[in-house]
Amino acid sequence: MQKEILIAGFGGQGVLFAGQVLAYAAMDTGKIVTWIPSYGPEMRGGTANCTVVIADEEIGSPLVKNPPAVIALNLPSFDKYEDMIQPGGVLVVNQSMVDRTAKRTDISTLFVPGNEIAEETGDRRLLNMVMVGALLAAFPEMNLDDVKAALKAHLPQRHQKLLPNNFAAMDKGYAHAKAQLEGVGVR
Amino acid sequence: MSKELWKGNEAIAEAAVRAGLQAYFGYPITPQTEILEYLSRRMPELGRAFVQAESELGAINMVYGAACTGSRVMSSSSSPGVSLMMEGLSYIAGTEVPAVLVNVMRGGPGLGNIAPAQSDYNQAVHGGGHGDYPRIVLAPASVQEAIDLMGLSFDLAEKYRMICMVILDGSVGQMMEPAEMPEMKPIVDRKFEWATNGAIDRERRILSSIYINPPAEEVANFRLGKRWQEVQANEVRYKEYFLDDAEFVIVGFGTAGRVALSAVRTARSEGIKVGLLRPITVSPYPYEVIDQLAGRVSGFLVTEMNMGQMYDDVRLAVRGRVPVEFYGRTGGVVPFPDEILGEIHRIAAGHWSREADPRVSWQTRMADVISEK
Amino acid sequence: MTTLAPNNLVYDRPEGFTETPTHYCPGCTHGVAHRLIAEVLEEMNLIPRTIGVAPVGCAVFAYNYFDTDFVEAPHGRAPAMATGIKRVLPDRIVFTYQGDGDLASIGMGEIVHAAARGENLTVIFINNANFGMTGGQMAPTTLPGMKTTSSPNGRDVETQGYPIRMAEMLATLDGVGYCVRRSLHDPKNIRLAKKAIRMAFETQARGLGFSMVELLSTCPTNWGMTPVSSLKFVEEHMMPAYPLGDYKVGAAVATIKI
Repeated sequence: MQKEILIAGFGGQGVLFAGQVLAYAAMDTGKIVTWIPSYGPEMRGGTANCTVVIADEEIGSPLVKNPPAVIALNLPSFDKYEDMIQPGGVLVVNQSMVDRTAKRTDISTLFVPGNEIAEETGDRRLLNMVMVGALLAAFPEMNLDDVKAALKAHLPQRHQKLLPNNFAAMDKGYAHAKAQLEGVGVR
Repeated sequence: MSKELWKGNEAIAEAAVRAGLQAYFGYPITPQTEILEYLSRRMPELGRAFVQAESELGAINMVYGAACTGSRVMSSSSSPGVSLMMEGLSYIAGTEVPAVLVNVMRGGPGLGNIAPAQSDYNQAVHGGGHGDYPRIVLAPASVQEAIDLMGLSFDLAEKYRMICMVILDGSVGQMMEPAEMPEMKPIVDRKFEWATNGAIDRERRILSSIYINPPAEEVANFRLGKRWQEVQANEVRYKEYFLDDAEFVIVGFGTAGRVALSAVRTARSEGIKVGLLRPITVSPYPYEVIDQLAGRVSGFLVTEMNMGQMYDDVRLAVRGRVPVEFYGRTGGVVPFPDEILGEIHRIAAGHWSREADPRVSWQTRMADVISEK
Repeated sequence: MTTLAPNNLVYDRPEGFTETPTHYCPGCTHGVAHRLIAEVLEEMNLIPRTIGVAPVGCAVFAYNYFDTDFVEAPHGRAPAMATGIKRVLPDRIVFTYQGDGDLASIGMGEIVHAAARGENLTVIFINNANFGMTGGQMAPTTLPGMKTTSSPNGRDVETQGYPIRMAEMLATLDGVGYCVRRSLHDPKNIRLAKKAIRMAFETQARGLGFSMVELLSTCPTNWGMTPVSSLKFVEEHMMPAYPLGDYKVGAAVATIKI
């Protein structure tokens, strides 16, 4: 088994941390994993992305051209990565930041109003956790409880008080995506 | 010890600390700055020396000074900074003192960019500084391997009184992988019989790279040459994948080797008998294993993140017996596995290049691939 | 060799010296500077604890003369090498011995930053207004109008710039504990130079920061003068351009009694 997840958005949207949470969960459940960011000028406010590869054996390339799973937190990422996803893959889009619908019909595209859900959960910075939760509804290789456990295990002590809100954000994202999946009958 | 998720650059820094690093001297440059930043916190908390130097020139000469005392010492930089350090490296080599230098390579030449590249291979392996000098060069492809090789680098540098460079591309430096750190080793005074650490209760010592008398310099260079033969005989390291029944073999180091592994696995699932050789020491180079493979496979494909530098070493080992193809991306562009897979398909279909330098037809093929966007 | 009775002995090789015969030209003051350093190290009982850093220049073989551990730096990098040594061996005494090409030209970055960091090092800076080893080319310290092999018509400040006054420049840095200029052109000034060298090593031994003694020196061979006229040249031409003086004596350093 090898699966790749690409997460993309603006700097400051929590792109890199979202990937790290998934990487920790993969590691803690005994998988082999790589996490690699785009680095450089993008770090300073432009677009940011990271790729997480999860596998059962030694991972070759840490980057893939056509990932099976993408989280797009803004319109430029939606535009860029919609074309690149493997047929049959899943694309989770932050609906709050895009103004169009999906072009492709051979992948599952889930629209989640991440900003609104994050804000109603208490903090707009929870966006990344909302979107991670949403992805997990359509990514059977990882489960929500393992990701929550990983977040709890690796969040520094001083941030542990943030866990309930983070968990709530994941749950809401997950529920929103699940409902959408069942509603439209994809996957 | 359990595994932790480590970022490559920070893992290198911590691994060096645990190997008994006594002093670090560096200068900020992307994409290796995390090593400097990590050690700026870690070294003082352990009471060890850390100096952010005025330049890479300053840094490597601080390394040189500390190395003369027999201390475990290192610097790290990225391509343009390493170019500046070449003066010091040559002096360190000529003085026969051990030192470790990490180069997190980026796209070049010149200022280039900060994206991952392997284009300093020739500088590290075949040249760089002036004069005849050998040096050990290790090329990790993963965070765990980088950790393991950092410990090894100090041991090798001291064993052979030689520079040990660790070269990795920016993506290994920036990526995170689960990895296990070794236990913290205590700092030990290795009591080297050559160290200039103060002539207390002993005869004074001089460390210098000067041999004003040419025959004496010649003798010194032969001494280095002999020592290098020992290194070549004992320290070659590589990793092989699917070589047992391989009909042709890809050779790639570092990230290019990893990317090739993905392509090789896919090709294997399609029934193509292709293998992979990933050199871990690029100096000493695994000539012998390639020599042996050349006797039984139909050819090689070298993949690199440069214009074809290690390629010449593969050809040297193959000695014209079978074709050696090349596929590379350069300037900070990292190849995707499907690009390598495309090359595997081409070769598996029997399209071996027969020209004198297959890098020429590679460049022709790339005309449709490369684009400024 | 006959041994003199102790009461007849007026001049002897200091303990800090090896028995290596000098390679410096007749009339060159490098030998004087070397001797002063050796005497000071002996008087302070520092010989076994001292590590010297030789430059590239005429003093490239300085390590042959001092009976201490020595390393040989790339051109201009002695302060960086010394930093590396001192940082891992803070209880040792580390000094560099550098000429004006080495220190004020190619090694300007290293010297300024070693001083700015307040490295506990001692720098003995030989200013003889030219590159000696390579045959008398213009140095940053070459006087305006002075003829050298690379300023054959005399240093033209319009195209070749102005002399650099290192002692004055480094004295502005907070990391510097002791920074003075002395001359080696006559016995009185040689005695004052020795006292300054002593102060510089005392500064280091007490951990009071960077210390440098700039020594106005002769280069009869490349100046094309006799040893005596060279000494006069220092007095008449170099001293006006490079005034002797204490450019920085830190408050703690000023309390040192020797």
